Amino acid sequence: MEMTGAQAIVRALEIEKVEVIFGYPGAAICPFYDALLDSDIKHILTRHEQGAAHAASGYARATGKTGVCVATSGPGATNLITGIATAYMDSIPMVAITGQVSTEAIGRDVFQEADITGATAPFIKHSYLVKDPRDLPRVIKEAFHIASTGRPGPVLIDIPVDVQNGKLKFDYPKSVNIRGYKPTYEGHPMQVKRIAEAIRKAKSPVICAGGGVISSNASQELLELVERCEIPVATTLMGIGAIPSDHRLNVGMLGSHGVYTANYAVHHSDLLIVLGARVGDRAMARVSKIAEKAKIVHIDIDPAEIGKNIGVSIPVVGDAKTILKQLLAIVEKGDVEKWVETITRIKRERARIFDGIMEQNYVKPQYVISLLSDMLAQDDIVTTEVGQNQIWTANYLKVKKARTFISSGGMGTMGYGLPAGVGAKVGKPESRVVVVSGDGSFQMSLQELGTIKQNNLGIKIIVFNNSRLGMVREIQKNKYCGRLNQVFLDENPDFVKLMDAYGFRAERIMRNKEVQKALERMLEDDRTYLLECIVDPDEPTL
Amino acid sequence: MPKHTLSVLVENRAGVLNRVAGLFSRRGFNIDSLAVGVTEDPEVSRITIVVNGDDYIVEQVCKQLNKLIDVIKIKKLDDRDSVSRELALIKVGANASTRSEIAQLVEIFRAKIVDVSKTTLTIEISGDNEKVSAMEDMLKQFGIKEIVRTGAIAIERGNKYIKASNNDEE
Repeated sequence: MEMTGAQAIVRALEIEKVEVIFGYPGAAICPFYDALLDSDIKHILTRHEQGAAHAASGYARATGKTGVCVATSGPGATNLITGIATAYMDSIPMVAITGQVSTEAIGRDVFQEADITGATAPFIKHSYLVKDPRDLPRVIKEAFHIASTGRPGPVLIDIPVDVQNGKLKFDYPKSVNIRGYKPTYEGHPMQVKRIAEAIRKAKSPVICAGGGVISSNASQELLELVERCEIPVATTLMGIGAIPSDHRLNVGMLGSHGVYTANYAVHHSDLLIVLGARVGDRAMARVSKIAEKAKIVHIDIDPAEIGKNIGVSIPVVGDAKTILKQLLAIVEKGDVEKWVETITRIKRERARIFDGIMEQNYVKPQYVISLLSDMLAQDDIVTTEVGQNQIWTANYLKVKKARTFISSGGMGTMGYGLPAGVGAKVGKPESRVVVVSGDGSFQMSLQELGTIKQNNLGIKIIVFNNSRLGMVREIQKNKYCGRLNQVFLDENPDFVKLMDAYGFRAERIMRNKEVQKALERMLEDDRTYLLECIVDPDEPTL
Repeated sequence: MPKHTLSVLVENRAGVLNRVAGLFSRRGFNIDSLAVGVTEDPEVSRITIVVNGDDYIVEQVCKQLNKLIDVIKIKKLDDRDSVSRELALIKVGANASTRSEIAQLVEIFRAKIVDVSKTTLTIEISGDNEKVSAMEDMLKQFGIKEIVRTGAIAIERGNKYIKASNNDEE
């Protein structure tokens, strides 16, 4: 069937079962938007292209499907960059489509021209600049395949306006054959056997579960392994939700911003199984010390991660879910009673109790998150911004299942949470979505309130307002002799009035005794609601 | 740090060299030299990269390169089991009294004089890195006006082949 390039893009997206696109139109992408009018694919107009990329990423994390965002050439495309880089660092499947100036104008610095395939090269899984409309079906097929398989990641397709207007005979390929791209899913049986052997011999094993467990949907298998072999699990930030937070063997988030029990377990283990995690610096700063005592198993689908940051005794390349299944067929429990007893005792002793805080003059964010946890259903989703709000949430939220905690882990992108919440809500309309933010990060994607309004999304927003960039302030206080600079946000707008301007409800609370009732009011119906909590500027992150 | 030679087969497409080179700068790997050209299969280019670093670095380079979708295959070449060549064009000052001395050197090195003027000679030399450098050293005394050097290209000895399809040996 003959059609235009733009129609071919839309048709290909339909075949890829894309239900929703997050985007922002512009001159160089107009043919695509014209063709989109004749499709059932839903389009969410964000208020900034960066919001579109983050929303596609939030959508992908919540649903497990590939998120799609669209922008025009030049500034539209460059505005996507932070979102693309954020998705890349956290291995989120995403396809970004950008308009480009017409083929013969490329390289002449014409209006709204930017070399976006060049600009995104360092943090994109793959990219295409399509110069012939006949390539579109193959390119789009490949893009979705590359984005969602192996170690997932963002793929960019840059399409000049004349290519969108060009003609082609549409024939969508049935399969993909890229000779340089053949990800490994199955673990080498010998290596899997060695893991089983190591587990049987270990006296103090620990699993460090990362985002790979979530992207491969391996929670069930992980739980089975953990319970059968009695192995405590620490998670990275990206791994939160891999196993329920209140599981007796979940020792919490490890690393510089994690909890004592998780770090104790990792540093006292004789067998550390790193599962779908890349051993990032924030998770394991002193890896060499761990490796001195413990045997280290590293399971990851990306061979380049294995051995990059930590010396490994048993490397296994493959998909977390597949390898766990292979392992479950042969694994036996080791002699770990004493170890589990020690770890659960430490966990119990370290549990935070909120005592005597009711009369305090500020709201304790940790307490808010704890109470919120008890009120949310297992499918409800929490997204966070970046800063203190992220760490408070990571450490105090009781996450019940995978894909319900969404946060920018690797990149640490402020302004991620609100648009990611938009994407999550669009993907999971039945779930309540709570965005946890600080007064700083909330203002980085504030404009997306318009998106929430226009699409009638019903998102709950908690703003921990300490009128500071709290985490930077803390660094300056502790590492720069208290010489605070540019961390004061004392002229914040009145957030309650601001919400009113959008026609949203909001309230401000100052004391812990107000928290319970305020959260109940926030969650009582499905309308958008902002709860501003006034937080002590001196409240520490940990 | 030791030098390693990598043969990288890539799709012969626009932007591929940019991706490969960009990866080196982004990951902080040092490239000693890089040479690229099309292979017997017009859809495949072969990049020969000489990289400086220990085993860890070389392993990382290979793994990161392998992640590029356009990279089809990478092989680390063993120095003892491969032939490596560079090409240099050296323009050196020459007059009636030095010309024959230079010509003699050129002969010893089995190089070639490819251009002559009243005041210069241009010499073409190919060989491994050491040989080309030695020639350059010997010519310094005459005053080198200009040098152009290629990166190394390398091929395995014997009946081994690096091909985009799977079998390496026949």
